[in-house]
Amino acid sequence: MGKKILLKHDHVSGIQGYEVYRKMGGYTSVERALKNMTPNEVTEEVKKSGLRGRGGAGFPTGLKWSFMAKPKGVKRYLVCNADESEPGTFKDRYLMSRIPHLLIEGMIASSYALGANTAYIYIRGEFFYIARILENAINEAYANGWLGKNILDSNYSLDLFVHTGAGAYICGEETALLESLEGKRGNPRIKPPFPAVKGAWDCPTVVNNVETIAAVVPIINDGGEAYSKVGIGKSTGTKLISASGHINKPGVYEIEMGITVEDFIYSDEYCGGILNGKKLKAVVAGGSSVPILPADLILKTANGKPRLMSYESLADGGFTTGTMLGSGGFIVMDETTSIVKNLWNFTRFYHHESCGQCSPCREGTAWMEKVLHKILDGQGSLTDIDLLWEIQRKIEGNTICPLGEAAAWPVASAIRHFKSEFEEYVKNPSSINDVKHYFEVNKLEMA
Amino acid sequence: MTETKEIKFNEETLELVQRIIKRYPEGKQKSALLPLLHLAQAEFDGWLSAPTMDYVASLLNILPIEVYEVASFYSMYNLKPVGKCVIEVCRTSSCWLMGAEDIIKYLENKLSIKAGETTEDGMFSIKTVECLGSCGTAPMMMCGSQFHEKLSFEKVDNILDKLKSDDKRKTYFDAVVVEDY
Repeated sequence: MGKKILLKHDHVSGIQGYEVYRKMGGYTSVERALKNMTPNEVTEEVKKSGLRGRGGAGFPTGLKWSFMAKPKGVKRYLVCNADESEPGTFKDRYLMSRIPHLLIEGMIASSYALGANTAYIYIRGEFFYIARILENAINEAYANGWLGKNILDSNYSLDLFVHTGAGAYICGEETALLESLEGKRGNPRIKPPFPAVKGAWDCPTVVNNVETIAAVVPIINDGGEAYSKVGIGKSTGTKLISASGHINKPGVYEIEMGITVEDFIYSDEYCGGILNGKKLKAVVAGGSSVPILPADLILKTANGKPRLMSYESLADGGFTTGTMLGSGGFIVMDETTSIVKNLWNFTRFYHHESCGQCSPCREGTAWMEKVLHKILDGQGSLTDIDLLWEIQRKIEGNTICPLGEAAAWPVASAIRHFKSEFEEYVKNPSSINDVKHYFEVNKLEMA
Repeated sequence: MTETKEIKFNEETLELVQRIIKRYPEGKQKSALLPLLHLAQAEFDGWLSAPTMDYVASLLNILPIEVYEVASFYSMYNLKPVGKCVIEVCRTSSCWLMGAEDIIKYLENKLSIKAGETTEDGMFSIKTVECLGSCGTAPMMMCGSQFHEKLSFEKVDNILDKLKSDDKRKTYFDAVVVEDY
């Protein structure tokens, strides 16, 4: 078995409730932090751990915390980003519904480090049932003295609330999330100022992903140095990977960073190989936004080294031959998958989710969707492929928030690695009819 | 289908509204808008009519336009009447790979409506949605707060039968907390 840090107790019966969670050592990080450490010492441990943001960007968490402005008399906030909506990602959902107290414990310790006396968990609206689970756990935490006034007689007080969103991918972007928390449309803000200076209600705010905040708990318990020894290089610790698509064992896996991609896909401990004994065609390794890689490049880097599950190894080769770890949304596609049609699906998604603020994204995503639709309708020409390339190039880097890049990268990488498939559809439209629906391919009958 | 009833929360809900507003800093009551719209949608027939949105605006002491612009931005708010059971089918990435299109087609055939429409008896609406974080248990659909996962046509049949015999309006507030599962 691989190393487990966050999901060490996920299969313990009753771990969702306070009693069992506490019995398994829960809330010791809060005791340790509040009784024996100053807020700065907590931040230092997080810095030492090398923990990087688990939502997708991979920015060093300790550094992000250290940017928090601390003007006298101004309230500060910690907001947990539980808006998990990157296609292919469902790790936070698992963590929150299975071990809600781990997130709450992490929120308390992190809020203490940041000097926040009010914190929010912004959860996507579709996870209403998880919001209930969290609220239940928060009530238990209040009842047992972990939240509220003067926690553990430390003079430190914290109130924690759950805020439900209402269906918008863009609210996973931290400034859009803050707008949404303030009761507005989820339009990302222009940065700077960054949230650490001017965030929720214009007050200094840190926004961290669920998994990031949960990782603060073992970092305080065992020390930042111990955490930094797990993993490989600058990819310290473990990562929750959401594995889905054409594999035998989809699910959430906690991996120690540095295992090989091949091991992750084929070993029985993880994905258990490709569904129905088919061949691997491509992988989107970090949520729908990251570049897609064909089988040979996901298993080995361009210079023939085994590809590892780490920030650095997955990025090896830049965007020419590499990709990103992203959110850890690992989508596997078998040999029957149409890359063009899958790309149309992704592009339709980004078109639907564009907030509409920036023209390149608003118009570009719609345009790309139309061009892909045209190709799939058998009406495409070779210049359409060039057109797609041009559009994505003009979105990238020209928008307020990274949704522009998120929409551009899948298009660029699909053309880069699978151009012949686009050309085939254009030259031979009848081949498009061979694109079968999943249930047909697998001979599942209509009931 | 929709009888006219007075648009006003009952006392209990109004107390909840006050508790929700208190979660946010003083004077920032607009922050409670998203949670309040969820409450209003659940209370008033599953959708947000203009009078409903005006009522929410009055509760928060903000302009109606501030409510309209938010309600139209988020996909969970319905701006026209819907059936008692809104079937929200994920159509993105992994669900798509695992047959979401087949599921949508199957639902459309079975209910004789297209996605975005409501059955004549007002029982069902089909709504296609984007990734609901159920990729490892794809394909999936959601009704009320309930996730229905690893769908097959047979499973869809059973779910629809059950919903029909329950004959209840499903809302996001149906969620119950299961201690262990």
